[in-house]
Amino acid sequence: MLAYAIRRFGQSVFVLVLMSFLVFIGVYAIGDPIELLVNPQADEVERVRAAAALGLDRPFLAQYWVFLKGAASGDLGRSFVYNEPALTLILDKLPATIELAFVAMVMAIGLGIPLGLLAGLKPDSFIGRAIMAGSILGFSLPTFWVGLVLIMVFSVQLGWLPSNGRGETMMVAGLPVSFLTADGLAHLAMPAVNLALFKLSLLIRLTRAGTREAVLQDYVKFARAKGLSQGRVIGVHVLKNILIPIVTVIGLELGSVIAFAIVTESIFAWPGSGKLLIDSINQLDRPVIVAYLLVIVTLFIVINFVVDVLYSLLDPRVRLGGAAASH
Amino acid sequence: MAPKVEGPWARFRSEFAESRLAMAGLLVLVAILAIGILAPVISPQNPYDLAQLDVMDSKLAPGEKSAAGGTYWLGTDDQGRDMLSGIFYGLRISLGVGIASTVFALAIGLVFGLVAAYFGGWVDTLIMRIVDIQLSFPAILIALILLAVLGQGVDKIVIALVTVQWAYYARTVRSSALVERQKEYVEAARVLALGQARVVFRHLLPNCLPPLIVVATVQVAHAIALEATLSFLGLGLPITEPSLGLLISNGFQYLLSGKYWISFYPGVALLLTIMAINLVADQLRDILNPRLRK
Repeated sequence: MLAYAIRRFGQSVFVLVLMSFLVFIGVYAIGDPIELLVNPQADEVERVRAAAALGLDRPFLAQYWVFLKGAASGDLGRSFVYNEPALTLILDKLPATIELAFVAMVMAIGLGIPLGLLAGLKPDSFIGRAIMAGSILGFSLPTFWVGLVLIMVFSVQLGWLPSNGRGETMMVAGLPVSFLTADGLAHLAMPAVNLALFKLSLLIRLTRAGTREAVLQDYVKFARAKGLSQGRVIGVHVLKNILIPIVTVIGLELGSVIAFAIVTESIFAWPGSGKLLIDSINQLDRPVIVAYLLVIVTLFIVINFVVDVLYSLLDPRVRLGGAAASH
Repeated sequence: MAPKVEGPWARFRSEFAESRLAMAGLLVLVAILAIGILAPVISPQNPYDLAQLDVMDSKLAPGEKSAAGGTYWLGTDDQGRDMLSGIFYGLRISLGVGIASTVFALAIGLVFGLVAAYFGGWVDTLIMRIVDIQLSFPAILIALILLAVLGQGVDKIVIALVTVQWAYYARTVRSSALVERQKEYVEAARVLALGQARVVFRHLLPNCLPPLIVVATVQVAHAIALEATLSFLGLGLPITEPSLGLLISNGFQYLLSGKYWISFYPGVALLLTIMAINLVADQLRDILNPRLRK
């Protein structure tokens, strides 16, 4: 286990450095931020001074080296636009994104698994078919268009829900959260549903497929023959066995939900890190783009690692890389 | 060649027609493709010819008459552009981008997947490691970064879509090629001392195609949706070549004032396209999956 963890850590650092280099090259190639940052009427002297102040006059590799040295000590550069440390900017916005992603994921899991079970147990009933039809729709609908339709119906036509922002927040452990105030909940509802829809459809399909296979297995027939209650057969024998692929997918989707939050945040003007990324791309705010990516990649690596470990705990047949050798 | 393939084709057709839903999907898809191809012929106006636009007609609701006497069945946008024509032209661009990127990604993924499976060893490890790393990141994130670097344009978005898609094909081709290369016909071809390229492309490749076709159909829908999303975020196509996503984005700012049609109808067109492709793809998967063979 420890050997495995160490090897994974080594791989992760390699991926991170590689990503940072690729992104740095790429972002370096995007236009000249001086054009945007300095008053167009400024003379050449002023431009050169501004470029020197931001370190943009140095050669590419020197810039990358300065960046790497800073990154190792947690300094990912200062935003050109806000003149604040890029990392601080992102970490300030990240809780809003994580709250949104978390609520969406809870919705998707809380609804997806029961609906998938229902559809899997009664595949030919009306309700089973209706659930499947709904999930196919959820797959086909592009996230951003669902967001627009939600705004059209609930904000414009019915006037029930606000269409942008986070609403009133409450401080919990030093971080503002929306889901504890009525106003915050109203603001959270549509973005969360929007973000949850795709994952919900995915979980329904996955759970349904797993359930349909599981109910035909001998151990389920045996459990039924023993006279166990329907609830116990499904809750323990079926659910436990279909949980493995579901946990994997949930883990992997946790990362993608944060990436997809970029779209949802842009539609609902949710002040999270995804919106910050889009704004930064439009303003050529290089340090923020690079820092955002590094933070997200790190987040992904951590999530993937936790999923792998969980996987081995849930399914004793799975042995993680290094551990297998000792057996 | 033609009479020989008649048999499998006829069976394929009758199996496809078994699902009415899939047939409906196919019908809609054919109609949409026809609209996309014929857009310049059947559109009531050329939406990009500024001389044909009348600012007096801007933001008219669906069904309202134009100053010149025609009817805007789906309304007009902020510049007085007929939405119906805009959607026809938008479909053309969305479909073009989706299909072009799929074809390129397929070709690239195919070559890398075959090479990985055929040669094995470090070549295989290297290619598949790249595929694994890439697939561990969401497509939208990679495409977003690429476009941030490359800028706007049809060619740029195709590059971005190809980059995020090739890995799916490489992985699919590799896994089916690994199975196929164990079979006797490949061994026979080798024993005949045929050139490596000939064994790979004439013997191995045709037998790896069925799962690829399924993946490619699904990926066209993904590519179209992804392009629309990126254009909606303002990172895809330039305003001079509006795809459906850009039309939707353009109407978004008027949505809150109740002028829903500028965003809504392009969205319906996008949705119909994606659903039709998915329905066809689902049926293709059932037919081409040997495990479900009757």
